[in-house]
Amino acid sequence: MDLTCTEEEEAFRARLRDWLTAALPGLPPKPPPQDWPGRRAYDTAWQRALFEAGYADVHWDASPTRRLIFLEETEKAGAPYVGANFVGLLHAGPTIAAEGTTEQRARWLTPILRGDEIWCQGFSEPGAGSDLASLRTRAVRDGDSYVVTGSKIWTSHAEVADWCELLVRTDPEAPKHRGITWLAMPMDAPGITVRPLRTLAGSTEFAEVFLDEVRVPAVNRVGEENDGWRVTMVTLSFERGTAFVGEVVACRRTLAELARTARKNGRWDDAVLRRRLGRLNAEFTALWRLTQWNVSEAEATGGVPGTGGSVFKLRYSHARQELYDTAAEVLGPDALDLSREWTLDRLSSLSYTIAAGTSQIQRNIVAERILGLPKER
Amino acid sequence: MHFQPTEDQRALRTGVRELLEARFGREALRASGARLDRALWRELGDAGFFALRLPESQGGVGLGLPEAVLAFEEAGRVLLPGPLVATHLAAGTVAGAATGESVVTRVDGGLVAWLEEADVVLGDAADAVPVRSVDPLTPLHRVASVERPGPEAVLLTAAEQLGSAARTTELAVRYAKEREQFGRPIGGFQAVKHLCAQMLVRTELARAAVYAAAVTGDPVETAGAKLLADEAAVQGARDCLQVYGGMGFTWEADVHLHLKRAWVRAELGQPAAQAEELLAAAL
Ligand SMILES: Cc1cc2nc3c(=O)[nH]c(=O)nc-3n(C[C@H](O)[C@H](O)[C@H](O)COP(=O)(O)OP(=O)(O)OC[C@H]3O[C@@H](n4cnc5c(N)ncnc54)[C@H](O)[C@@H]3O)c2cc1C
Repeated sequence: MDLTCTEEEEAFRARLRDWLTAALPGLPPKPPPQDWPGRRAYDTAWQRALFEAGYADVHWDASPTRRLIFLEETEKAGAPYVGANFVGLLHAGPTIAAEGTTEQRARWLTPILRGDEIWCQGFSEPGAGSDLASLRTRAVRDGDSYVVTGSKIWTSHAEVADWCELLVRTDPEAPKHRGITWLAMPMDAPGITVRPLRTLAGSTEFAEVFLDEVRVPAVNRVGEENDGWRVTMVTLSFERGTAFVGEVVACRRTLAELARTARKNGRWDDAVLRRRLGRLNAEFTALWRLTQWNVSEAEATGGVPGTGGSVFKLRYSHARQELYDTAAEVLGPDALDLSREWTLDRLSSLSYTIAAGTSQIQRNIVAERILGLPKER
Repeated sequence: MHFQPTEDQRALRTGVRELLEARFGREALRASGARLDRALWRELGDAGFFALRLPESQGGVGLGLPEAVLAFEEAGRVLLPGPLVATHLAAGTVAGAATGESVVTRVDGGLVAWLEEADVVLGDAADAVPVRSVDPLTPLHRVASVERPGPEAVLLTAAEQLGSAARTTELAVRYAKEREQFGRPIGGFQAVKHLCAQMLVRTELARAAVYAAAVTGDPVETAGAKLLADEAAVQGARDCLQVYGGMGFTWEADVHLHLKRAWVRAELGQPAAQAEELLAAAL
């Protein structure tokens, strides 16, 4: 058991740190949450800068340790997180890299890395959330295209996306897991309507996407027809396996800030609150260690992250909510002020036990796939 | 970075597990009471359990804290009785501790475990008063002085808690696969399944924390590891008891022994309030 990095990894860290120190001051101010075009421009400019400096593909790096170093250092330096590039970098890209043809990799991977093209995820439907495999959006083969009709919901970044990783039903007669296909759909195709949905935080993070006879070229199919569920499992393992890693570092920073605030405003004298902050310190330190453990394990066994991601996500999503509830205790009445960053963060933390699979679904995964308990049905 | 046990560390863990399985199985656990099995103590000594971290030049095995943590985790799994931590830490300073010839205990908080069976007591136990110990396999005395052991003792106690948490998770999962109600294994019911999943999550988080603290040796990280391992062991035993149903409430099942020992260990080393204060001060 070793927590030290190799000389080469430390050299990578040092180079990255130097580059961040030089690159960050040139960054324009972050646009407000409602300004979607502004946010897209901001996030893609940062991705372009990373590309030019040679760091763009770090999420796909053969060395997961380097990925951890990257997330740790960028987060510590206060650099932007992936933002609108989330789906492209953290799951569509890795899925295409793992399952796509040579032409597909050539077509899509570089634009993702350069920040030229934004992706969104069209998985969930009004009638298919936790039970994703019951999705009904239909795709009928017509010549060299699929004609897609149906609707998707909770599609993050749909308003600014160029591409959508879309799950469609290509065989309605087959058992529900067998008739699904994974398509890359251009978001400017005729027949697509995006209707933004307002979240409880007041922002428009996600949208409803209506699909009315949208033509998607058959060459955009990743994996075989009707084999989309298997491809989806690859996508989801990336989503759950690595997507939250960088945020743990951010939580540790927030916690330290919280302690400073409490010392200043007198709340620190409350032993119950102080002990709660102490416990959160243990929690986030351990979550970071658990990440290193999972990554080391994946590195040893090679390839796609394992179910350890579900173990992590379960604990992390609840710890994050606990962190912002504690922040509210530190702030007192100020916690009701929407102009405080922590108030907005508290609101957005409420999605972590739902998005990318609810806690109930994660517990099913842990119980059935790791512990081998019988399936419910 | 390679935060996984090495080949040697895995081999060590397997070795300790096999020794304990052969020498301290369920019958031995059941038969043991307030008396310490001296022969077993010496066998542990022969196997290097106490001398694990003593330099080879002093007749020890010359290994580090991570290896000790793996060995203590195994001891925790099987609820091995005795003042294991105190004797291990006394190796090299108290004669006979390293070889298992002497049993060494110490004042820990307001408690002393195994006072009457010990050859050497570290700390002031002159005013010791016997307690009717909640754990039938850990005799306890109360003392006035509240000396606290250092971070290494805290971490090794946490490692035992981790082993116990892993064991109760295994027990619950096994039982949930075997026991049938309503015509199917209870493990197919989501309420039971989710209890088991939460047990694993707590155990794995505690594992990462305990192993990392063993590698860094950092006292703050150690305090966090103890806190999470206490939680995993105590709540794990409670959940296991629930999964076992009525059987869990019997003396026959091992579950209560895990819970009672977990309560004792939670009080030793660094209880929650102190760990949390230390962790807060470090923020
Ligand atoms: C902020 C945010 C962003 C999102 N972004 C995207 C995106 O970009 N693309 C996309 O495709 N989706 C996205 N989602 C959707 C997300 O994946 C779903 O919301 C989630 O999987 C839950 O599905 P649902 O909302 O339909 O809830 P439901 O499945 O209806 O669940 C409702 C409740 O029932 C429980 N439940 C359901 N089934 C079971 C079961 N078998 N056992 C126990 N309990 C059960 C759930 O745990 C939950 O508590 C996003 C969601 C959020 C909140």
